[in-house]
Amino acid sequence: MARVKFLCDADRCIECNACVTACKNEHEVPWGINRRRVVTINDGKPGERSVSMACMHCTDAPCAAVCPVSCFYTTADGVVLHSKDLCIGCGYCFYACPFGAPQYPKVGNFGSRGKMDKCTYCAGGPEADSTPAEYAKYGANRLAQGKLPICAEMCSTKSLLAGDGAIIAEIYKERVMKRGYGSGAWGWTTAYHEGIAV
Amino acid sequence: MTTSPSHIRSIIFALAILIAMPAMPVLAQQLGPDGAPNPTASVVPEQKLLQQSPRIEGRIDIPSERARVLMQPAGRQWDHFHEITLHWVGAIVILGMIALLGAAYLIIGRLRISKGRCGHKVLRFSSFERFSHWLTAASFVVLGLTGLNITFGKIVLLPIFGPEAFSSMSEAAKYVHNYVSAAFVIGLVLIVALWIKDNLPRKADIDWIKQGGGFIKSKHAPSGRFNAGEKLVFWFALGAGAAVIISGCLLIFPFYVTDIAGMQIAQVVHAVIAVLFIAVIIAHIYIGTLGMEGAFEAMATGEVDLNWAKEHHDLWLEEQLAKERLAARSGQSSAVPAE
Ligand code: HEM
Ligand code: SF4
Ligand code: SF4
Repeated sequence: MARVKFLCDADRCIECNACVTACKNEHEVPWGINRRRVVTINDGKPGERSVSMACMHCTDAPCAAVCPVSCFYTTADGVVLHSKDLCIGCGYCFYACPFGAPQYPKVGNFGSRGKMDKCTYCAGGPEADSTPAEYAKYGANRLAQGKLPICAEMCSTKSLLAGDGAIIAEIYKERVMKRGYGSGAWGWTTAYHEGIAV
Repeated sequence: MTTSPSHIRSIIFALAILIAMPAMPVLAQQLGPDGAPNPTASVVPEQKLLQQSPRIEGRIDIPSERARVLMQPAGRQWDHFHEITLHWVGAIVILGMIALLGAAYLIIGRLRISKGRCGHKVLRFSSFERFSHWLTAASFVVLGLTGLNITFGKIVLLPIFGPEAFSSMSEAAKYVHNYVSAAFVIGLVLIVALWIKDNLPRKADIDWIKQGGGFIKSKHAPSGRFNAGEKLVFWFALGAGAAVIISGCLLIFPFYVTDIAGMQIAQVVHAVIAVLFIAVIIAHIYIGTLGMEGAFEAMATGEVDLNWAKEHHDLWLEEQLAKERLAARSGQSSAVPAE
């Protein structure tokens, strides 16, 4: 099976936030939880770039390593998922995640966190595929239906790419060669221990 | 150390760089030969930004400082600390201490009262002192066990209990750790208030160390209410307790006062100090129970045998007996009116 990845071509992202909106809508993500976000670097200055970021589904995922109840698992496609039934809301995965992906609904007093929520690569969770129980906890399981994540599908400039890592790397490489510049595959070296050499 | 002007200059330079750092990622707009902006040259390469600063931050519409951080590769280093360094340090320090104490028990054995008990009792700790001690001690044990469950539970307990039971237990342990922390804070404050006076260093401490701290039977180590060893435990508990409380509060109120790097540092401080603290307290428990005859009752009933006090806290015993005599005399004088 292919190793799926995300790639945001920052030289194309126009910060329209369609990916963010599509994600919220597709999974009915509650208020205050942001599975995907767009950060703008050097806002209003020369060299401004926007990057759409969510869980990168890392190789040797640090979130999975630090979880004190080991509630993560990696699918055959390389998607990093977790069980909300087992999560204790300790917040450690957020400290370990290089991309700020894990989100927590605030429940109760002080800083006490609820069950962690994050991007599932539109692949649901441990429940049986495409069941209401799975939808309620993790949102839609598009992967089980043979579809790619909604954020990348919706991207109007095709800045955000999802799919087989080797194929999207090839697409990015071609783009950089053609236009003559590229700011890099954001997060790839940190997430996958390899960048894309152009 | 002398501070020459060149030192000061380099410090100011370093400060200026630190202040200028957030502005550094801005790269100047590069223009082509025709004067038009050149998108190729003004590109912002990710790797360059990471070389300039440990995190890449930008602007975001979500009203959260956390969300502004696009990337923090240090998460991987924190993962390494938590999964490799902490496991080794924790296991070596705690198991090492237990092994050391086991060896001490086998080699030195239980320190007996050399002259045996005489049966006469002296009050050593008031009931309020004992309450403060046990409040701190009980909350410490609970915090230590529930904390170690976060560190080692998945290695030791998860295979035994299975994922569901282990998760439910860990969730309960998390809440217990968070709430029992309040009891520990109160206990530590009480202990410090009650005992700081008797723990200030004095001349007898040096003699006590020179005489082998009471471990050498042929020598007598003089001591006031607390000996130099106990004082070390006191000051360690005060320092480590403060560190664990401050870092623990930062962890309980995540991101209230600090950013992601601060949270990681708070966790590292909390975990490292906690395992050292646990090791030191294991030694403290050993000496107070198995290691020395006649010590435990001081904290249990509050009273110790006179011979034990003579052997371990002679200077304190003298003061105590003097006080008792004084109290008895003034008590007599008021009870029996002069004729
Ligand atoms: C005011 C006191 C304290 C506060 C507020 C506090 C708070 C916390 C918090 C919030 C955590 C993160 C995990 C969780 O949510 O359960 C934690 C972890 C931990 N605490 Fe405490 N704690 C306190 C005192 C102590 C003491 C006295 C000890 C040691 C005896 C201790 C040992 C630990 C350990 C070993 C961990 C796990 C570290 C790790 O593996 O990441 N804590 N504490
Ligand atoms: S991006 Fe964060 S949450 Fe996603 S796999 Fe990597 S460490 Fe885990
Ligand atoms: S918040 Fe949940 S998923 Fe994240 S590390 Fe803690 S228990 Fe694991």
